[in-house]
Amino acid sequence: MHEVSIMAEAVRMAVETAQASGAQRVTGVRLRVGILSGVVPEAMRFAWDVVSRDTIAGGAWLEIETVPAVCWCATCETEFACVDFFGECPRCHNVSGELRRGRELDIAAVEMN
Amino acid sequence: MCKECGCGLGGGDVKIGGHSHEHDHEHGHHHQHEHGGQTVNLNRSLMEKNDRLAERNRGFFHAKKLLVLNVVSSPGSGKTTFIRETAAKLTRKLRVGVIVGDLATDNDAAELRKAKIPVVQITTGTVCHLDAEMVSKAAAQLDLDKLDVLVIENVGNLVCPADYDLGEDLRVVLLSVTEGEDKPLKYPPMFHSANVAVVTKSDLAAAAGFNREQALANLKRISHHAHVFELSAKTGEGMKAWLNFLVEQRTT
Repeated sequence: MHEVSIMAEAVRMAVETAQASGAQRVTGVRLRVGILSGVVPEAMRFAWDVVSRDTIAGGAWLEIETVPAVCWCATCETEFACVDFFGECPRCHNVSGELRRGRELDIAAVEMN
Repeated sequence: MCKECGCGLGGGDVKIGGHSHEHDHEHGHHHQHEHGGQTVNLNRSLMEKNDRLAERNRGFFHAKKLLVLNVVSSPGSGKTTFIRETAAKLTRKLRVGVIVGDLATDNDAAELRKAKIPVVQITTGTVCHLDAEMVSKAAAQLDLDKLDVLVIENVGNLVCPADYDLGEDLRVVLLSVTEGEDKPLKYPPMFHSANVAVVTKSDLAAAAGFNREQALANLKRISHHAHVFELSAKTGEGMKAWLNFLVEQRTT
């Protein structure tokens, strides 16, 4: 997919944050990625080394925290775990339209020194 | 190198840095790197720059009283013909302008221009989707005050454009009868994000052995909130319902 441009954005935000804090280097970045976000963590790691190399984030560690998908059932008024977009409620078997978590594509934290 | 998909990354002068440590933890946090230094919690979306620009576009388009469509599909589903016929058949009711995105050539734009439709071409080179900034720049080249509807023909791709909000009012995904009924199941993020799903080339349904019930069931499963239309832009069959829908959307 478009992991390279997403990782380029991660580098840009990490570098900007480090510079705003007066740090010299970005030493690590933690991302939060939903399982239904459509990106492949392996491709993100692969892209990370390339896009960070000539920046102050070069050599920084990368952690990818995956977020499981959770749907909301309006009938049962409860959340339930789902593995795809279909989201069938395990109690009432209605197909829920509301995906509450699982599409995250966030930069959670930046470590610097 | 394609900046989006990362295709072509393995060749040429691109080298992958020599990382020796493993980071493959789903949640267990066993990593070998040293933590230290200052940590800043950001909790920001990696898509926020595009999302912000998309919201700016949306506000701008609303101020111009434009109805904006983002038309997405796989290559060859009939986006250009669908848009051309939509614009031609709306002439007396609504004025339509088009932004066309393609990796290369301006064939689609030329086809629309021939039909006297105001059109701006974005040639993305290697980029596999349009983003909000490209749309903002392209829109500036159209006389928006003379338009009621702005149609954005995205790059033919059912994957990457799903994540990029352009500032549209409606995301319209096309599924041609020649593609197979299971496209919505294969590309759920795109079909799930669509406000409108259009089954195109309905005149070829019999020849393609199209299983209509299955396709509609699949669409209902993934795009359950979407308005569904079935039509053939070529013969005009089913176009009326779609055009009435657009006129209605423009006035609400």
